[in-house]
Amino acid sequence: MTVSTVIKTDGLTKRFPRVTALDRLTVEVQPGVVGLVGANGAGKSTLIKILLGLSPATEGTGQVLGLDIATQGAEIRERVGYMPEHDCLPPDVSATEFVVHMARMSGLPASAARERTADTLRHVGLYEERYRPMGGYSTGMKQRVKLAQALVHDPQLVLLDEPTNGLDPVGRDEMLGLIRRVHTDFGISVLVTTHLLGELERTCDHLVVIDGGKLLRSSSTASFTEATQLLAVEVTDHPTDRDFDAEAVLRERLTAAGLTVRPDGSRILLVELAGDGTYDTVRDTVDDLGLGLIRLEQRRHRVAEIFSADPGVPAEHQPQQAQESHESHESHDEQAAAVPAGGEQA
Amino acid sequence: MTTPAQTHSGVIHDIGYRPYTGPRLGRGYATRSLYVQSLRAAFGLGRSGKSKVLPFLLLGGLTAPALAMLAIAVFANLKQMPLDYAQYLSNFSVLTQIFLAAQAPVLMSRDLRHHVVPLYFSRPAGRGDYVAAKFAAMFSALMIMLSLPLLVLFVGSLLAKFPFGDNLVHLLYGLVAAVLYALLYSALGLLIAAATPRRGFGVAAIMGTLMITGAIAAIVRGLTGGYDPVPRESAYWAELISPSGTVEGLVNQLFGIGGDGPDKLHAPGSLGALVFAAVIALVTAGSYALMLRRYRNV
Repeated sequence: MTVSTVIKTDGLTKRFPRVTALDRLTVEVQPGVVGLVGANGAGKSTLIKILLGLSPATEGTGQVLGLDIATQGAEIRERVGYMPEHDCLPPDVSATEFVVHMARMSGLPASAARERTADTLRHVGLYEERYRPMGGYSTGMKQRVKLAQALVHDPQLVLLDEPTNGLDPVGRDEMLGLIRRVHTDFGISVLVTTHLLGELERTCDHLVVIDGGKLLRSSSTASFTEATQLLAVEVTDHPTDRDFDAEAVLRERLTAAGLTVRPDGSRILLVELAGDGTYDTVRDTVDDLGLGLIRLEQRRHRVAEIFSADPGVPAEHQPQQAQESHESHESHDEQAAAVPAGGEQA
Repeated sequence: MTTPAQTHSGVIHDIGYRPYTGPRLGRGYATRSLYVQSLRAAFGLGRSGKSKVLPFLLLGGLTAPALAMLAIAVFANLKQMPLDYAQYLSNFSVLTQIFLAAQAPVLMSRDLRHHVVPLYFSRPAGRGDYVAAKFAAMFSALMIMLSLPLLVLFVGSLLAKFPFGDNLVHLLYGLVAAVLYALLYSALGLLIAAATPRRGFGVAAIMGTLMITGAIAAIVRGLTGGYDPVPRESAYWAELISPSGTVEGLVNQLFGIGGDGPDKLHAPGSLGALVFAAVIALVTAGSYALMLRRYRNV
């Protein structure tokens, strides 16, 4: 049985006494790995609660796996797995005991619960340590147990709330790989929330961006990255003339050459890629000015740019986390800077 | 010989992900599973060895005097048990109260503290099922605590050849008292425990509530002449302040047990019995409703 639409909402609104958490959200999600992107407080967790049938919507309707969220909450929760953002593991029980209990709470008979627990913990990469109390687990192991309890009853859809939170870069890559496998190998659709767009680009088929409870954009990941490619350019100071403002002059020259240029941080210029000729133009202009080229690389759009591109959201309201991700990407760039051009941006 | 030569034994195959096609037993089964798990947890079963110590110590402590009475009744040729069944429960009620104070937070506070509650609510069993399972588990745990010594006493009375019918009736009185204690204690204890994610606070708050209400009830009863040589009947209304006093007063008045003198703890008259019963019902139902409310927004 294939479900054509995994999640469908129509004018979904959730008002709390003082804030509107969701504002007429209409979105349709197909099977696959779908990223739900938004800053903290954008309404992601509220949406998940409503989709699980735990919290009634103020207005609007929605369906999960073809089941109505207002009336068929119990049926939905039987077919859906949920991994919360926060820590949810009692420290004094082992992963096996905990996941077996959660499997039974999902309606699996005792023997099936034990079997599925063993299978699922193996699939998420937890081996001998699963018999130890979870209090001693690393963050990475805890995230795996949290994922396992969401998968143990073999749901048709899992809702993962910030699964990469608190993980180091290696752990984050492993978790993203695991999420990808949940769909490709296990055949389970995934809705994954994050405030870091960058990491979802590699994992998701489709991205839904919400901000302030409103839908900003919903489209395939490919169409996000197809959008105008940017070229990051960084040059050295002028070798002799200390007063020479290299960035400003370069910006003027490139604009004069018909390119769209804007600064990004203190030293980097972002140039819209208008074709292969753009590389030559940049190279020749820098050479002409007698400057050294430190960086010339492709860059994709990031969550911050999507937000700032929206006229309703001023750039100052960019989420803090997006900025942080930016900075962590910068440190990658530094290593990649030795490569003259086309360094693939993560 | 038809043994196939091509089979490999002892090879582990990675069969990949296997979808689950078996039965999904749904909400009722999940609620029952939570009930069983919680009842076991109340006695430390399925938890660390350390957490089994206190509940079993209390169960032993509550049953040991009954065993002693059994021995005395059998070997000392008594005419009846030194303590009536219901009276036994009220005399040793502090052990029941410690059990409640120690174990109610085990059922409620731990789930809150470690944020496990959202995992339950994202599964078929809902909020009402969660509260029902926890309440049933606490009630059952208290019933085990309270009825075990009563059964020991009953067996003792049979061994000592006390009148069978009379003992059976009084055992039933005792069991009624046990049910009332268990209902009222479970509702109050779980409600208090559900208010805090800190187990220590829960223990202190439950113990404090039961102790302090008991003390206040005694003081008020004393001030209104409840301990005079000829006690004033109206002073017994003070027992409504304390949960254990309410149950004890109702049971004593209903069944005419708890001693013969006018100083026995009892609900004042039939009106008193009615009010005491209503208070037990209201407090239990009210606490249960508040607990449901408590979990509405988790």
